[in-house]
Formats: sequence, structure tokens, C-alpha cells
Amino acid sequence: MIRFALFLPVALFVVLSVVLLLGLDGDPTELPSALVGEPFPAFKLEALDPEQGFIDEQQLIGEVALVNVWATWCYACRIEHAKLNQLAESGVKIIGLNYKDNRADAFDWLSLRGDPYAFSIFDLRGSLGIDLGVYGAPETFLIDAQGNIRYRRVGVIDDRVWENEFAELYAKLKAKAL
Amino acid sequence: MKRLAFVMFLLATGPVIATSDLVVFSDPSYTARYQTMITELRCPKCQNQNLADSNSPISQDLRAEVQRLLELGMTNPEIEQYLTARYSEFILYRPQVNNNTYLLWLAPIVILLIGMAIVFGLSRRPKAVPQVQRDTTQTEQQRLAELLKDGNK
Repeated sequence: MIRFALFLPVALFVVLSVVLLLGLDGDPTELPSALVGEPFPAFKLEALDPEQGFIDEQQLIGEVALVNVWATWCYACRIEHAKLNQLAESGVKIIGLNYKDNRADAFDWLSLRGDPYAFSIFDLRGSLGIDLGVYGAPETFLIDAQGNIRYRRVGVIDDRVWENEFAELYAKLKAKAL
Repeated sequence: MKRLAFVMFLLATGPVIATSDLVVFSDPSYTARYQTMITELRCPKCQNQNLADSNSPISQDLRAEVQRLLELGMTNPEIEQYLTARYSEFILYRPQVNNNTYLLWLAPIVILLIGMAIVFGLSRRPKAVPQVQRDTTQTEQQRLAELLKDGNK
């Protein structure tokens, strides 16, 4: 019995090592999503295109869509843009959230790289960004037809990310909305 | 003259230093609360920096947000609640006590109790009794004598 107790520290060490080893797999830059399952926060902001006037959360309801947080100062958004264009072409509705940017640059960006967005919200001060818990662009939210946030991706969407994280849920939500 | 120039220099540069991130509140008591909050809130973008230490744009925004919420008259727990609803509990350096964190909060106490129990148990254990010297029996004596005799051959 005493002999067994002598091995207790070793056993504890092994257990702790395994726990810590598993912890290494996590991505420390990724925050848990507080908003998944919640309705898209209420807001009222100008559209990027001044002719479209103001946009509020009601205009996000009715169709499964992506809300993509982007800015011209965001380098990774450049990498992502081609994929967004491709998704928009294949019929995915993408709503832009232009985050802490300026209009002139944003228009240049869209005319140069193509505009995948049904419309873009112009969040100059990042207030909607804070309500969404945005901490870096690009970020993408998948919302269902009722306007609830169903998934959130921090970082670039590419083919692999779309296939692994979005495609299945998007198809499911889309089927349900019909 | 030199002294006067130095004083002028201090007068001229003082406000410049003071305005770097100076936050002015309508109620002076907010200042201390603001300082406490921004040291206990974590920058979501950085790895292990609080809002006070970080100069990232998101930290600047969140400091301004804390300031705004204080001016709205929200209490500290209300502000924490407001921010965790958006940024998750990641943003709190002092985690809340709930189902996910009770282990974290209780572990030090539990480990301390286990340690105390071990120390207590060891101190109560009777001292190891030294092996009692035992006289050799008669048969053993004979055997010994035989062996010695054999050895002397």
C-alpha cells in the first residue's frame, strides 16, 4: 500500500502533462464566441453608399447571409476578397461591415477588386464592431433567416475554411429557410 | 536667465506630456474605477496584455467604451457583464465564479487542504521502531559453530 502511494506523484505528473499537452493544441489567439445563438445586435448606421441611407438590423432578416467585417487597412482582407467574390457569384448573400475605414478608400477597393456585398454597413467608429465583439478584421458571421448569429469565423475564409466550417451549416440553414 | 528658460520649458512641455491618453471624467470618483477596470480587463487582440498596457486600436476603443459606460452611470459588474456579452469571459482577467470556473477557484483551497492532511498524517505516524536485538537461539548457535568449524578447515 505504501509502495503504491510512492508512485502517486509520478501519476499526478503524468496526468498534468497530458492535460497541458492537450492545451497546446488550442489556438490562443481565438476567443470563444459569445454571440453564437444570439440575435444580431440592434444598430442603425449609414450604408457605405450614402445613397442607400441608413441600415438597421431589420434589413439583415429574411435570408441566410454572411456578414463580413472588412476594411481597406486590413491586409488579410485582400487575401480573402477573391473567395468572397466567388461565394457571391455562387449565390451566397454577403453583407459587408466596413469597419473603421474611410469611404473614398473603400470605394476604390470595391471598384478595384470587385464588390461581393449585397450592401455594406459603414461603421466608422467601430460601435457595431464592439457590439459584435469584433477584435480584428476580417471576421465573418453566418446569420440565419431569422437574423440570429449561427457561426463566427475570426480570420480569413478560404476554400478549406469554407468547406470545413461553413458549407455544411450554410446548406442546412438554407434548406430550413426554404 | 537659464533658470527662467528651464521653467518656461517645463511650462511649455508639461501639458504635452499630460495629454497623452488623459481621461477626464465628469465625476472624479470615476477615474479610480476606470483605472481599476482597464487593468483588470484583457485586450482581446493581444496575448496577455490588459487594456491599460495595450496600445492596439481595439484596446483604445475598449478603453473609450469603458469610459463611455462609466459616464452612463453603469456599475463595475454591469460593465463587465456588458463586455463579456460581446467578447466572452476571455476579456476578464479576474474570472467569474460559475460552473466553468469553480474548479479554478476551488483548486488552491483543495490543494492546500490535501497538503495539510498529508503533513498532519505524517506527523501523527509513529516513529519507525528500531529492529529489536534478538538473542540467537540455541540451534542457531550450533549451526554457527559448525560453519565456523568448516570454515577453519
